[in-house]
Amino acid sequence: MSSKDHILKSVRNQLVPSVDLPSMQQEWIQYADPVAHFGDVLAAVGGTAVVVEGLDGLAESLAELPVYVDAKKTVSCIDGLMGNIDLDRIDDPHALEDVDFALLPGEFAVAENAAVWVTDAAIRHRVVLFIPQHVGLVLHCPGGQVDDVIVNNLAEAYQKLSWQANQFGCFVSGPSKTADIEQSLVIGAHGARSLHVFFVL
Amino acid sequence: MSTSTKFDHPTNANRFNQDQARTHWHDSALWFIREKRDRMSKSLPEWETLRSCASQIKAHTVSKLADYLEEFEKNARARGAIVHWAKDAEEHNQIVLDILKKHEAERIVKSKSMLTEECHLNPFLEKNGIEVVDTDLGERIVQLRQEGPSHIVMPAIHLKKEDVSETFHQHLNTEAGNNDPCYLTESARQHLRDKFMQADVGITGVNFALADTGGIVVCTNEGNADLGVSLPNVHIACMGIEKLIPSADHLSIFLRLLARSATGQPITTYSSHFHGPREGGELHIILVDNGRSNLMNSDDYRNALKCIRCGACMNTCPVYRRSGGHSYAATVPGPIGSILNPLRDAKHHKSLPFACTLCGSCTDVCPVQINLHEQLLTLRTEVKNQKQLPVSKTMPMRIASWVFQRPKLYAWLGGIGKFFLRNLPRFMIYNGMNPWGKNREMPEAPSESFRQQYAKRAKKNQSK
Repeated sequence: MSSKDHILKSVRNQLVPSVDLPSMQQEWIQYADPVAHFGDVLAAVGGTAVVVEGLDGLAESLAELPVYVDAKKTVSCIDGLMGNIDLDRIDDPHALEDVDFALLPGEFAVAENAAVWVTDAAIRHRVVLFIPQHVGLVLHCPGGQVDDVIVNNLAEAYQKLSWQANQFGCFVSGPSKTADIEQSLVIGAHGARSLHVFFVL
Repeated sequence: MSTSTKFDHPTNANRFNQDQARTHWHDSALWFIREKRDRMSKSLPEWETLRSCASQIKAHTVSKLADYLEEFEKNARARGAIVHWAKDAEEHNQIVLDILKKHEAERIVKSKSMLTEECHLNPFLEKNGIEVVDTDLGERIVQLRQEGPSHIVMPAIHLKKEDVSETFHQHLNTEAGNNDPCYLTESARQHLRDKFMQADVGITGVNFALADTGGIVVCTNEGNADLGVSLPNVHIACMGIEKLIPSADHLSIFLRLLARSATGQPITTYSSHFHGPREGGELHIILVDNGRSNLMNSDDYRNALKCIRCGACMNTCPVYRRSGGHSYAATVPGPIGSILNPLRDAKHHKSLPFACTLCGSCTDVCPVQINLHEQLLTLRTEVKNQKQLPVSKTMPMRIASWVFQRPKLYAWLGGIGKFFLRNLPRFMIYNGMNPWGKNREMPEAPSESFRQQYAKRAKKNQSK
């Protein structure tokens, strides 16, 4: 008997009382000002969030970020803003080892935990979300309102997600961090040392 | 401090307690995290709803586990993943080695996975000439020290920064005596970046597997799992069969509970959802039983399969906090480990159900409502029925039971006990014969027994 059959048989041969699934329609938390809550929680986990007016506002905001201004190698997956490394010309993700700043699109944000949903649909090499020294996530607000790209809680977030096209998706909440040495919080473990979220109106 | 090799919890705990200052420090470090967890749980009015939903979802999944496993396999394969089945640790390790050999892999990076610890994958691969580097910072620290993790979420919680500094000085050539956590973390970052760049294969654990999509979810704060699997072409994900949940929608429940319960964060920094391999790459998923199906049949212990490995029960446990994770001599320590390990191997782990005060705090904080302290009590009976208890525990119980059945004898002995407590010299009371007097004072003998007080009061009421 194969191990699969062996395991399935031993799992099936058990007297386990049946239990129904709970309803997922509950009164999950709502926030009076989800954007403000998102910003507060993101600040608490070491990131920053700003609302900017259009691409010009984004460029201005970036110009105030030393980690962006000083970056030697940059990647941008945002239309209208160029990085100096073209992802389409890179076949081996190892070549992205020394990227200083990556500007990547996020799909939407979650107020409850300051998470931004990012997929590899637009970033080709998913490592570009993890390997750069600093990461900026850009959320385009098509209707000119931040409310369009933010949900209150994770329950609402999963309602928005479908699993047809995306092979890889990640909720990112703040920069990489660790507290493995005597519970001291250190920002910048293996992934990005800083995370900036831009809501672009 | 070396990893305890003896299975006897009291002996190991005693060793840990020899450094009183460190024991206190360990206790307060974990209590600090428990308090963070409390604040986070109170930030959501629906906390208890989340707990009961999580518990129900897990109970439901276990009741239909075979169906969900088949559904998962079908969907994962449809997305291009290669699914393997392993009935025990040995088979799991062999599957990993076979994949590595097929790809002529020599260097592996691995993110945290309690399952691979349970299967002793690292020593097995090393014996076969493969370099395995643990990439979670805490895991890397204990790996360099050739210890096991002492906590499932914070593997190096038992170490002080001086210990880490020494270890890094020895293995990574860092400055001697530089104990700054930022400096040490930065050194590890540089060291591990090289390892990430050189790795041929990345291995991860799995936090949740989704039957309806065939996807898997891996949560880390450091991003080490993601770096580890997005540079090389091959990703091997190792999971126990109990990690399955029916649907991606259910993730909202579990991701809201996991990090809040574990470290008091609103969510882990990275919660990555893998659906199939990336272009040109391979994703292998290994489904491992290794004794899990045995737990399903028992109404007493089935609940233990709900565990999502957040570590909240350890952080709150007064025994764990004061005895250190290594004292459990097991991959999973603390309250949940004290259930899982004896059920797997009663002979070696028989002392664990007794490393518990039955305070019930673990049950209160468990995000999936496992009745931990009740299971621990039931397990004690089992250990006794299997005649695994030492005479030092059974004899006093038998004598006490005999005395309690004879009220007059009990009253008379109580009087003698009080007399002894009051009048015997210290060395006659505090010695090897009296384990209760170890590290604590005996209670002061009251001037009157309860019986005497009761009799007096009855007499007074009568004369009124």
